[in-house]
Amino acid sequence: MVQFSLPKNSKITTGKTWPKPEGASNVRKFKIYRWNPDDGKNPQVDTYFVDMDSCGPMVLDALIKIKNEIDPTLTFRRSCREGICGSCAMNIDGINTLACIYGMDEIKGDVAIYPLPHMPVVKDLIPDLTHFYAQHASIMPWLETKTNRPAKEWKQSIEDRKKLDGLYECVMCASCSTSCPSYWWNGDRYLGPAALLHAYRWIIDSRDEATPERLDQLEDPFKLYRCHTIMNCAKTCPKGLNPAKAIAHIKKMMIERTV
Amino acid sequence: MADVNRGNRPLSPHLQVYRPQLTSVTSILTRITGNALIVSALLIAWWFLAAATSADYFATANGLLTSWFGDLVMTLSVLGLWYHTLAGIRHLIWDNGMMLDLEQAEKLGWIVVIGSAVLTVLTIIIV
Repeated sequence: MVQFSLPKNSKITTGKTWPKPEGASNVRKFKIYRWNPDDGKNPQVDTYFVDMDSCGPMVLDALIKIKNEIDPTLTFRRSCREGICGSCAMNIDGINTLACIYGMDEIKGDVAIYPLPHMPVVKDLIPDLTHFYAQHASIMPWLETKTNRPAKEWKQSIEDRKKLDGLYECVMCASCSTSCPSYWWNGDRYLGPAALLHAYRWIIDSRDEATPERLDQLEDPFKLYRCHTIMNCAKTCPKGLNPAKAIAHIKKMMIERTV
Repeated sequence: MADVNRGNRPLSPHLQVYRPQLTSVTSILTRITGNALIVSALLIAWWFLAAATSADYFATANGLLTSWFGDLVMTLSVLGLWYHTLAGIRHLIWDNGMMLDLEQAEKLGWIVVIGSAVLTVLTIIIV
């Protein structure tokens, strides 16, 4: 359901301003969303100052530096630091992206960091992705076959394999789904760009033999058709993929199979 | 789904922090112009109904619709109509699976915005 304002317990207050590093000449201001499940307070935005002369180039470098040197309670997910695990997805400077591959030189002025939008917050920059993962599981993200298993492997022509390019690279960081206004308002029933991109990845896989069942499953006013081609998903994807295009192709297949 | 909001978790900010994009703004404008045009259509239906009712009533309705305020509403309606029409054509193109790459989609967005403004000016000049 559409609710433009934040619920009472989610309204953001001004938080603590942490001291500037001593003797630093090249300092940058960071405004970071904080919420602690244990203190009973509303979320707040804390202000930090980071010495850029002793900091790596990516937003994740600054977050780690803050955690190491200023405030060890700052909480965020991170793992691979090279854009392949999808853990450090967050809202940086107004768009969703991976902190590890987003350079601070791309941001003008202060660096504002929030958790992925319109999600329940576990702590600070960590959203609860339970529902997001459940939606991914619901589209059967695996190869479904009916014919007998071949002696060696399921073969695929080079042309058919090429159809998976731009789809298989998704790292499930949830940047796209949480950038989508339709997913914000109807995320309980609309599957969202990430799950639908994965659905399409299996629908057009030449080895998969469950295309009709997959399309049947998506034939629903909410699951698929809440996509209105707003394209925030494609615009924000840190891997440069285009879920909006994949969804449009599913919609087209829906029509083509009925005419 | 069982654990989705354990412990009164806050909802992270969304509209409050997300930067508007060309594609998202042109998308919501399609919906806004669509709804606004319902009002314009009702005004025009009212104008016709007034004409069918009596000369006095038509004079009142016509007076309002041709006043400076009526002119403003109708001019904006023309802009809304052109915008909604072009945005509709954009959706037809997308529904055929075309022009969905980001650069092309953004180009279409600018065509809709600039095109509707140009067509509105042309309409005013011609009519």
